Amino acid sequence: MKVRLVDIAHARSGDKGDTANVGVIALRPEWYPLIAESLSHARVAQHFAGVITGDVERFELPNLNALNFLLHGALDGGGTLSLKTDAQGKVFSTAMLRMVLDVDDDRARSLKLPEAPRA
Amino acid sequence: MSQTSGSNRIVRVAAGQGFWGDWLDAPRRQVEGGPVDYLMLDYLAEVTMSILQKQKERDPNMGYARDFIGAMESVLPAVVDRGVRVVANAGGVNPVACARAVLEVAAARGAAGKLKVGVVTGDDLLPHLDTLIDRGHALANMETGEPLSTVRDRVLSANAYIGSVPIVEALARGANVVVTGRSTDTALTMAPLRHEFGWGATDWDRLAAGIIAGHIIECGAQCSGGNCLYDWRNIPDLANVGYPIVEATADGTFVVTKHPGTGGRINVPSVTEQLVYEMGDPHSYITPDVVADFASIQLAPDGENRVRVYGIKGRPATDKLKVSIAYRAGFKAVGTLVYAWPDALEKAQLADRVLRERLDNMGLRFDQVLTEFVGVSAAHGPLTPRTTEAPEVQWRIGVRSSDRKAVERFTREIAPLVLNGPPTVTGFAGGRPKVEEIVAYWPALVDKSVVQTKVELLA
Repeated sequence: MKVRLVDIAHARSGDKGDTANVGVIALRPEWYPLIAESLSHARVAQHFAGVITGDVERFELPNLNALNFLLHGALDGGGTLSLKTDAQGKVFSTAMLRMVLDVDDDRARSLKLPEAPRA
Repeated sequence: MSQTSGSNRIVRVAAGQGFWGDWLDAPRRQVEGGPVDYLMLDYLAEVTMSILQKQKERDPNMGYARDFIGAMESVLPAVVDRGVRVVANAGGVNPVACARAVLEVAAARGAAGKLKVGVVTGDDLLPHLDTLIDRGHALANMETGEPLSTVRDRVLSANAYIGSVPIVEALARGANVVVTGRSTDTALTMAPLRHEFGWGATDWDRLAAGIIAGHIIECGAQCSGGNCLYDWRNIPDLANVGYPIVEATADGTFVVTKHPGTGGRINVPSVTEQLVYEMGDPHSYITPDVVADFASIQLAPDGENRVRVYGIKGRPATDKLKVSIAYRAGFKAVGTLVYAWPDALEKAQLADRVLRERLDNMGLRFDQVLTEFVGVSAAHGPLTPRTTEAPEVQWRIGVRSSDRKAVERFTREIAPLVLNGPPTVTGFAGGRPKVEEIVAYWPALVDKSVVQTKVELLA
């Protein structure tokens, strides 16, 4: 089953120099393990390929049902050097939430996950 | 000054300003909306110090956050009559002038002699920069590793991020108002708690709790319903949003809340969103006083608009301080025009090609030219799906160069496109784009031992 990350998580993002950070938080505690498994380092790096020029770092915060990602080379130089509208990485949060996850049907049902609207 | 004594005594620290330019009404609303012991005002962002340095070069009595003087005026009755104490990093590169301005406004409002202003100095490393470099402190850029010597001749300001110790000293000496330069945002909250509860220099867990309390409220309403993605449609009465208050006890546990009757919302999701804001490695949130572990934080609902925070662990601080250095890094300008239906995006794309060709034909040199199409893909770039035709598009083009003349010429090339470029174009009423000098940020580390802070009391 297809599940949109935006339907099962919320997020906030910010900057440190040329790095954007994105914190992703499960909307329900029981959804956190699935989100932590799905948002692997590789999956997030692939999602932002062509958007960022550097590496991705990934941290788990099970106490907050949250993950934190550092997206290096995300802000066109960052701070005052950047010419971007989003020079401070404020909307990388929902860029992350554009991700769509493939979830095993049985697991999706037992977790009561909302199914992505069919295109 | 707090309600009860003993181990259950509660100290309330209210956040009244999350950055220089935040809501002017917030400080007054925080001291008038209910009981608070301390008002914490954070004015400094990464490049604020350099702006203030430029102001001080023009006028030696400037160089601090002027908004703070208005804020002090608005909270003066609470400070003088009810004993609310104020801690602010509004001093910028001129904390002494800032403190004098506070005393002047107090005198003008009939409170002469009723205020003691503690001034924390010593964070300003600009006068010592060459000595430091000569003594082998490279002040290498934490992101690129380059030594500061590569941009030394363009440095505008250099300030060490200082911690809670001098603020605690000022409070212990009886300051009603403490003004600092580049102290960390979090120390402004932690220091009052450390002072009230007598936390020691190695009470790592409690110091870390104070730092995390500071992190939660340092961006003002960003933990109480502002910029909150979670259930944003149903967050009540943002027009009347309540800024956050920390209610702390001596053991380092605290509740995040806001005054009754205010708008916004404080719940576990709103606090969690702020906890992950601008987060680096959550296991090591490094401050001058302590290294806090965000993986230890526990949150629990504690009634309406109340979140309890507990379980926080800290580790010994490092022997370094972070230094915020600002340097001149060329010039930039950004121009925009709006293209209307039909084929808005194609017209904007054609305008972009035309302008770039003209810039090339003039032989202008830019370090960078960046085009965005606002309404199409400026926010999420290539992650944005192509859906229906955009009804209108804002074309936005920016250039950056060390050559000011090239940037100036660029600013003359936008408006002509209204008459000599693609059709159905508008949105040029703002006139020519402004050329801005870029002041860039250079984060570095320095040994703690080279930074000597000083506390003075002015009355």
